[in-house]
Amino acid sequence: MELLCPAGNLASLKSALQAGADAVYLGLKDDTNARSFAGLNFTPTKLQEAAELTHQRGKKIFLTLNTFPKPNEEHRWYQAIDLAASIGVDALIVADLSLLDYAHRQYPHIPLHLSVQASATNLGALSFYKEAFNIARVVLPRVLSMKQVRDLAKVSPVDLEVFAFGSLCIMAEGRCHLSSYVTGQSPNTGGSCSPAKHVRWQEQGQDRLTRLNEVLIDKSGLDEQMGYPVVCKGRYLTQDDDKPQYLLESPTSLNTLSLLPELAKAGIVSLKIEGRQRSPAYVEQVTKVWRQAIDTYLNHPDKFQTQAHWEQALAKVSEGQITTLGAYERDWQ
Amino acid sequence: MKISLGPLLYCWEKQQVIDFYQQVATSQIPLVYVGEAVCSRRRELKFGDYLELAKMLKSAGKEVMLSTLALIEAPSEYTELKRQVDNGEFSIEANDMAAVYLAKEHKLPFVCGASINNYNRASLDILQRFGMQRFVMPVELSKTWLSQVIENKPAFEVEVLGHGYLPLAHSARCFTARHQHLSKDSCETVCRQYSKGLLAQTQEAQPLLRLNGIQTQSANCVDLRSELNEMIEMGVDVFRVSPSSLACISKADALVEALKTGATDAQFPRSDEHCNGYWFGEAGLKSLS
Repeated sequence: MELLCPAGNLASLKSALQAGADAVYLGLKDDTNARSFAGLNFTPTKLQEAAELTHQRGKKIFLTLNTFPKPNEEHRWYQAIDLAASIGVDALIVADLSLLDYAHRQYPHIPLHLSVQASATNLGALSFYKEAFNIARVVLPRVLSMKQVRDLAKVSPVDLEVFAFGSLCIMAEGRCHLSSYVTGQSPNTGGSCSPAKHVRWQEQGQDRLTRLNEVLIDKSGLDEQMGYPVVCKGRYLTQDDDKPQYLLESPTSLNTLSLLPELAKAGIVSLKIEGRQRSPAYVEQVTKVWRQAIDTYLNHPDKFQTQAHWEQALAKVSEGQITTLGAYERDWQ
Repeated sequence: MKISLGPLLYCWEKQQVIDFYQQVATSQIPLVYVGEAVCSRRRELKFGDYLELAKMLKSAGKEVMLSTLALIEAPSEYTELKRQVDNGEFSIEANDMAAVYLAKEHKLPFVCGASINNYNRASLDILQRFGMQRFVMPVELSKTWLSQVIENKPAFEVEVLGHGYLPLAHSARCFTARHQHLSKDSCETVCRQYSKGLLAQTQEAQPLLRLNGIQTQSANCVDLRSELNEMIEMGVDVFRVSPSSLACISKADALVEALKTGATDAQFPRSDEHCNGYWFGEAGLKSLS
């Protein structure tokens, strides 16, 4: 089982490798990836450096090109694929049909990983991408139950990668327009979910108001633990209840440490840690815990038990310090 | 250009649905999509019922397409999808790549629904080669985007969701059941209580979302009826009305009439809670004139 860790910059990449990542994923410093936060990501020169560092350690590096090209600007995405090929990345993480087609035709030797933004959750979709573009792997959206993951793994024509830890995206990824509905910027075309320039915090008496493009998405006490503000984790009123509630989800992170044996038995090839926008300290902490957990499992598969100190370390870096199994657990759904 | 009626996205009682489509049958709407596109747990109407409705509408002279689920997770849902695609009579609206795959396998023409990520011409041309005859523009895209994409006339048709609540997201979680303190597996199809979804407002009473089971919609109704002329000039083939009540049938009829008489600059009164921001390249919830 591969431990795949995020790298928002070189410092994070080094932390991930140092702490035991088998592979890292990262994006270019432009809208070819869906985490285009200011100050993050890699220039072509830095990407080259990152690839060399990673390969020197015998690890793998994947380039995320998971946005959908805009009309008349497709060439920029094609150039990013050319660049990745010349640098020698170990896989491309892609969602868009035209990019899959281009990469498959031009560079058939580079493995294609179907990005979570393609939102492929079933045998038909996986068969489509396998037959049309020979994808090697799919990153599953965070909407399947553990049973559904197991069922899919039994019949899938490609390897499966799942989200193991990090921010909990509760919608089928790539098919969520909540952020663009409020801000006008689409994560799918190169923005990010809740772009920072649209976020505004405002103190009002004992309350802190959280606004996204002036829309009030939450009101909290000044001392309350807050996650990064996204529409799906806000508190709203309904027609039949005027008390504000987390109608969709509360600020919480995904943590599947307790599912590790089940994921391994299902034949999942890669465990993905979310968080390219997080600090090198976060990457180091999370990678360390997961490295230990995976190694512990592999050494004694039958005796695996999640450790309290692992859980504590992960809770510290979780949203609202709360974690969940999310959709893997049927009750959550 | 023609007017279409999108699939009913809400869970109505069976008799209500039948009554609704009987009225549709007597309307002037030429193109009708039927089928469950949101949640496989909604079993008020089964596949056979939808097929009967489709046949009834076809015999009333309508062009009918079967809409399929947007989020296909369980093997049972995939098996059901196979039945739908292989119905032997009607083309499908594919709302997931699984449906595209099956249609391609069977060499059947299909329509790509708005929940499939189509953001550029090269991708659309690939789907056209696989059998796509028409695509519904993803709801977050704009007229500028569309005009660039179809600048060179494509071999497929274009449909725009012009009136109705916008499907914004799909989740594994059923928000309506959760709101009623029920689990998804024993949800009692509680979404029947909300004929237009459950309205969610901000703490400043701004309407924001509409919870429709596992689907999240816009609170505001997109209304692009005043853009009809421009859409015709651009080359939009189909203007979709997404149903939310019986009244939408007469709204769609009025649009068919306007197209017939050429009175496409007719003023259509907008509700207070309408939006059109996406069409103008802005936040979807905005209302611009």
